[in-house]
Amino acid sequence: MAENELHPENWVDLYADYLFNYAVARVGDADLAKDLVQETFFAGLNSAKNFKGDAAERTWLISILKRKVIDHYRKINSKKGKAEVRINYSEDSEAEGDWLEQQVADPFSKDGDHIMENEELGLAIQDCISKLPQKQALAFKMKTIQGMGTEDICNELGINPSNLWVMIHRARTALMGCLNDNWF
Amino acid sequence: MKISCQEASNICNKSQYKEASFWDIVKLRIHLLYCKACKQYSKKNSELTSMCDRAGLTMLSKDDKERMKRDLEKKF
Repeated sequence: MAENELHPENWVDLYADYLFNYAVARVGDADLAKDLVQETFFAGLNSAKNFKGDAAERTWLISILKRKVIDHYRKINSKKGKAEVRINYSEDSEAEGDWLEQQVADPFSKDGDHIMENEELGLAIQDCISKLPQKQALAFKMKTIQGMGTEDICNELGINPSNLWVMIHRARTALMGCLNDNWF
Repeated sequence: MKISCQEASNICNKSQYKEASFWDIVKLRIHLLYCKACKQYSKKNSELTSMCDRAGLTMLSKDDKERMKRDLEKKF
């Protein structure tokens, strides 16, 4: 059962990025997403005694975050009149002066599918990253997600460039394998 | 002009982050002409890069995480 016990001291390192990606995709605002993740951790801690151990820790945290996202949308829509659909002329874009009808979503557009697929892809990648050894995962994230320069990462992690490239190589190879199993 | 597979994969990784020099890429290209294994690796590697781009990955900064950890520890 050791596998399904809670370890809140590791939560931030293990799940923060995963939860953050999930939240950003749903609320579209980084600061808000950050708050929701933090609240999720607090709520998880408070209800830790209700954790029955029949789900993995991360699944359990995600289910809390889901509630938080729903609550957020409830809250911003609770005041009367806020629920109504508002369509305004956008003032800054080139669509200014176009008829409102021209701004309706194209029903034949496949964009929605792509957005959803990419969102799932993001979570699949984060999932695979979280299976890497911690230092490798950190190096890969700094390089790929934050786009940091090789020198900066080396300074921060206290390694030399060839170490870094070996870590990146291992991380990328592992990720290719993991995504091969879980995505394609 | 000939390079080993290890060198080839190293250049390939660097080129994913646009850190490979022009000549390195030329050497890699030549290597890929006759090395099936590296060709496969190179293809997979580029795929991974484009997937990461497409997925629009984000992460919390180190400071944010430190702050979260501190706040969380207060509640233990």
